[in-house]
Amino acid sequence: MSGRNLITDAKNTWCPGCGNFTLQFSLKNTITALGKEGTPLDDIVIVTGIGCHAKMADYLNINSFYSIHGRAIPAAAAIKMANPDLTVICCAGDGDAYAEGLDHLIFAAKRNSDITVIIHDNRVYGLTTGQYTPTSPMGFKGKSTPGGTREEPFNPMEIMLASGATFLARGYTRKMGLLQQSILEGIRHKGFAFIDVLQICASYFNRSEYYDRLVYELTDHDPSDFDAACGKAREWDYNREAPIALGTFYRAARDTMEDRIRVERKREKNRDSTIRRILLEKS
Amino acid sequence: MKEISVLIGGKAGDGINIAGMVVAHLFNRIGYRVYMYFDYPSLIKGGHNFAIIRAAEGKIGSHREKVDFILALNQDSVEFHKDLAKADTVVVYDNDRVRSEGIGVPIADILKEEGAPPVMGNSCIIGAFARAAGIEWAVLEEVFKKQVRKALEQNLKVARRGFDTAAEKKKIVPLMHDTFPVISGNEAIGLGLIHGGLDTYVAYPMTPTSNLLHFLAAVAEEHEIAVFHPENEIGVMLMALGSAYAGKKTAVGTSGGGFCLMTEGFSMAGMSEIPVVVVLGQRTGPSTGLPTYTAQSDLHFAIHAGQGEFPRLVVAPGDAEQAFSWSSAALRLAWRCQVPAIILGDKTLCEGIYSFDQAEAISPGISPPFEGIPGPGYTRYRITENGISPLLSPPAKDAVIKVNSYAHDEAGITTEKADLVAAMTEKRERKGNFLQQEVNALPSVHLEGTAGNRNTLICWGSTLGVCREVAGNLGLRLVQPIVLEPLPVEALHRALEGPGKVVVVEENVYGQLELLLARNGIRVHGHVRRYDGRPFPLEELEARVREVLA
Ligand SMILES: Cc1ncc(C[n+]2csc(CCOP(=O)(O)OP(=O)(O)O)c2C)c(N)n1
Ligand code: SF4
Ligand SMILES: [Mg+2]
Repeated sequence: MSGRNLITDAKNTWCPGCGNFTLQFSLKNTITALGKEGTPLDDIVIVTGIGCHAKMADYLNINSFYSIHGRAIPAAAAIKMANPDLTVICCAGDGDAYAEGLDHLIFAAKRNSDITVIIHDNRVYGLTTGQYTPTSPMGFKGKSTPGGTREEPFNPMEIMLASGATFLARGYTRKMGLLQQSILEGIRHKGFAFIDVLQICASYFNRSEYYDRLVYELTDHDPSDFDAACGKAREWDYNREAPIALGTFYRAARDTMEDRIRVERKREKNRDSTIRRILLEKS
Repeated sequence: MKEISVLIGGKAGDGINIAGMVVAHLFNRIGYRVYMYFDYPSLIKGGHNFAIIRAAEGKIGSHREKVDFILALNQDSVEFHKDLAKADTVVVYDNDRVRSEGIGVPIADILKEEGAPPVMGNSCIIGAFARAAGIEWAVLEEVFKKQVRKALEQNLKVARRGFDTAAEKKKIVPLMHDTFPVISGNEAIGLGLIHGGLDTYVAYPMTPTSNLLHFLAAVAEEHEIAVFHPENEIGVMLMALGSAYAGKKTAVGTSGGGFCLMTEGFSMAGMSEIPVVVVLGQRTGPSTGLPTYTAQSDLHFAIHAGQGEFPRLVVAPGDAEQAFSWSSAALRLAWRCQVPAIILGDKTLCEGIYSFDQAEAISPGISPPFEGIPGPGYTRYRITENGISPLLSPPAKDAVIKVNSYAHDEAGITTEKADLVAAMTEKRERKGNFLQQEVNALPSVHLEGTAGNRNTLICWGSTLGVCREVAGNLGLRLVQPIVLEPLPVEALHRALEGPGKVVVVEENVYGQLELLLARNGIRVHGHVRRYDGRPFPLEELEARVREVLA
């Protein structure tokens, strides 16, 4: 098990310069670290949607559930509920989790599902070759909006705080050390961990210069302070130029969905006696 | 009298369904088999609700055109159902709210004198009815003790006052038969799923399967199963797939609209070979249609739902016993063959109330799933002769278990290689052939009547109850394919050999089973169809079948 190569021999088809490589290394290193800490690799499951980001399921040599577009999160949440001993990591795209499957993201946060959701937020549909997403800036000229979008992006950090996420961080694929730290923290967090990763899309939306100029690491910030977290979340609205904080915004201890289910575990396991009891009640 | 039909009607919110259940239990207690049809508009308060409870000596699953008693809690119960009344139908009615002939019960006064709330009007009229039908007080007392647990003393007092007001009009003779549990089709499905090994049930409420969600949620208070109600049916289906991947035998429940939202996930079940069971309760469509009425118009939808080609199982049980046996079987077959399965019910079956004879609900034997061996050599989609790749769920020692909605190789890694895609498609096809063999080995076509009978009635799903009686009355052979996909074609051909005429009964307008039969080389001589949301009453169907055969 410890000898397992964490990268499969599947052919990698990400574009040169794609931020997904950084995410892949970060995940590989994180999983290695978890293994060293004693988490059996067999207990880890990665769940992905559909998009460039989702190829992570093919590339990492661990249990995986390669779901359909927008639907990584409900599968991930159910895997964790079915077996709370598993470590469930969910890689989703911004099109995936913010457009096609936003409902599931909000509900997983609301329930405090004990999963880690990493959004490969390249702020574009990569796999379908460059259309705008909910986090593309206003005026974004994509293939479906050649004249520029006429709607403002929404701010996923604010949405997640409003929905009940108990761990909230932002990463950037050109700051790998910090990104890796956020992912590890997210996985270690008991409860719903959400990490919005500003991921460079080399082919359709390369904002390296913009991010490099504006990002900074959160220090002097108390992640247990919800209002402070809201303030940091609002600092940059994914649209207008402003300082972009990286690192942990918010962390809270709250019972998880799985804790609540575990408490409820029932005694009766014998199917025949349950059927007999019910039929007797109904006669 | 050894058969009786009772209509009880009132406003939505009057608790007609529960009152109907109590009446059904009265008959059950004196040795009758019962069936109840509950008719209600999609309203919470105010509209007219009614239940028809029928009791007979033999097994039944349909209602008659006429009733012997009308229990009227509102004027509509008398006005709307004039066509159900015979010359000697006895009306037991609420004196204050209803103008009629028959047995008037001063319900308001009684409730006032007993200090009882308005809902107890039901108990009062049931008491009066029991007397009118010659049912002994002790029987009513016993049934109330078991079925009316809330405020039992007061309910009994109010019922006694009703009982004392009335006089015997038509005596129903007690029979010396055993009593049976009285359950809904939904409950039979739920119990069948539990029997088959259900671990987890996921659903978003939708008539007519909401009561299955409620039932299983209540079961989960005592028994080790998990029941979950997420944000929508897309979430339901994907949660089910996640749960099944993690090793839980999982079922979902919905109706047509919800199943529309599930189809993308259903197709993923086909590609990723994750077993899952869908309880699909049909109601009158298209779209929102008639939410609380019945139909059999989703057969083709069930058989074809989801993009791409993949094997699936569709079973359509026709009564409570079949609902139990085949829900259990569907779950076990889904896991044995790693296919998605649909239990195709409808409002009539799901919300119908039946006497349940467990001795008759024998679930067919099905071999266990093919299990994988953990280790570094494990691949989730190993190509095998029968197309079934041994199953493992995480965690499994040193095994990497990859499931994938994309076309994939044996390890579960995405591929677009032509030969691999073809090989995997053929693997799934072989799995479908294996499923067909399994289905052929089961009593997938239900037959009644002697083979010598000339003419045959074909039905599917909940019309079994009414068709069984019509076939009996007209001396016809009855053929009911329970498995509709993969269709047990050989068994059907065998069942339909001979020169007699064949009539198909369906509750849809296009003749969906008839089309399916035609595609498989089975020609029929005529059909009877209904598509107004209401199930066939016995006499009507009998007359229409007679006409077609003439
Ligand atoms: C139901 C459905 N609609 C549309 C698609 C086509 N599609 C595939 S990936 C994708 C968008 C991917 O964008 P994102 O989630 O941001 O992932 P990225 O490629 O940027 O990593 C779309 C629209 C699909 N696969 N399924
Ligand atoms: S399109 Fe963008 S996100 Fe997709 S692989 Fe290329 S660079 Fe990466
Ligand atoms: Mg994207």
